[in-house]
Amino acid sequence: MRRSEVYLSCLGFLFLLLASIFFHARYQQAHAALRLNEMARIVKELELTDLCLFTEARYTRHPSQADLQTPFQDHPMAMEHFPSGSFVKIPENIGRNTCYEALDQ
Amino acid sequence: MKRWINKQKNIIDFTLSSLLRRKGKNTALFFIYMVIVFLLSSVMFYTHALKQEAKIILQSTPDIVVQRNVAGRHDLIPARYAEEIRKIRGVSAATPRLWGYYYDPQSRANFTLMVSESKPLASGDIMIGSGISRTLKVFQGDMMTFRTFAGDLLTLQVANILSSESELVSSDLILLSEEDFRYLTGMAKEHATDVVVRVRNPKEFKTVAGKIVNLLPDSRPILKDEILRTYDAVFDWRSGMVALVIFISVLAFIIFSWDKASGLSAEERMEIGILKAIGWETADVINMKFWEGTAISLTSFLSGLVLAYVHIFSASAPLFAQVLKGWSILYPSFRLTPFINPYQIATLFFLTVVPYTVATIVPSWRAATVDPDLIMRS
Repeated sequence: MRRSEVYLSCLGFLFLLLASIFFHARYQQAHAALRLNEMARIVKELELTDLCLFTEARYTRHPSQADLQTPFQDHPMAMEHFPSGSFVKIPENIGRNTCYEALDQ
Repeated sequence: MKRWINKQKNIIDFTLSSLLRRKGKNTALFFIYMVIVFLLSSVMFYTHALKQEAKIILQSTPDIVVQRNVAGRHDLIPARYAEEIRKIRGVSAATPRLWGYYYDPQSRANFTLMVSESKPLASGDIMIGSGISRTLKVFQGDMMTFRTFAGDLLTLQVANILSSESELVSSDLILLSEEDFRYLTGMAKEHATDVVVRVRNPKEFKTVAGKIVNLLPDSRPILKDEILRTYDAVFDWRSGMVALVIFISVLAFIIFSWDKASGLSAEERMEIGILKAIGWETADVINMKFWEGTAISLTSFLSGLVLAYVHIFSASAPLFAQVLKGWSILYPSFRLTPFINPYQIATLFFLTVVPYTVATIVPSWRAATVDPDLIMRS
């Protein structure tokens, strides 16, 4: 077998894998519907507001319920204390003349 | 057509032989390229999938949550606020919500305590999230001891465990009766943590929120939209960690492309000169360089992409787990649903393959248009 044929076969196989990713994703989405619906039901029943991703601090457990300035309460540009806080984007209206109340709007 | 295919096959044969002559350098390039694509696509797949799940799951979150602010801090809300909010036109329900946190010094874990009206429990019984059950090895029928605000011990029995399918929202939850909650936290009967408001018409959320602030100036309404937007912000591509990974990857690609675009090595120039001298056209040389760029970049791109998919959606992102866990003791065990779209793949393709291939072709085209004799003599 020529080198070009081996290479093109490998490339073809990789494209096949790429296509199968989409089929797999579609298949998984159909199967996940039950799990997602179950979670949505629990959210509705228990009146939950947040995903349970980071339980290390109050404001990281319920970021939607915390004040927006909470992770930056020491200083508007202060380094974040908890590791998961490093995911959160600094509020867009932050700046030298921004008062704390405005961050919460 | 057959002739064209054969010609391409010959060029690919030659290109592969040429690449194999610099085996070490090209293999290293392939692996580094693949790792960068893997990192970039892993971050993209993970954040997109989490945002999509949050969007679906949190669709049924309360329309408005009303908190009370005292001296700029979240404070307990008087239960009578719910009655006043209920009088606002457009509000279908306003119920005080009892919830809070409990730090367990033994396991050093934070729990979320909650009283649910939809799952009423008898005093002395609790329902726990499967994250707590797994981490603390507590199962149905076992007892859990808590220290109350006054320092007394309160022992409660695990009546049930919340389903493991719901772990992404309930991993650290402890549901208990109102009586036990108030005894544990010391929260007075006339107070609640916040008030959950249901509004008949979704178009009126903002109007109702405005009316609540006018009626109760010390309140802070949080709209459903704001809750959903929070997770867009948490996993936004411009935010901390994500931006850092993207910045490093883009920087690596700039270095790659710069190295390629800044010119060819003496050996590569000589190769082009010889090919031109033995009769190759400029178009053939460019064609060869196109296949060379493709052989490295497209293969690395496809391999990196497939590996990233397996990493995130089959192996539950072990590389990101430590970053996400942070200092948490309780961490939900969940497998993300793969939400991917062609737009994501196209973005990754244009960010990685196109610049590299162009950077390979341009200097070769410049070398191929020069007199071969001049190249070989230089």
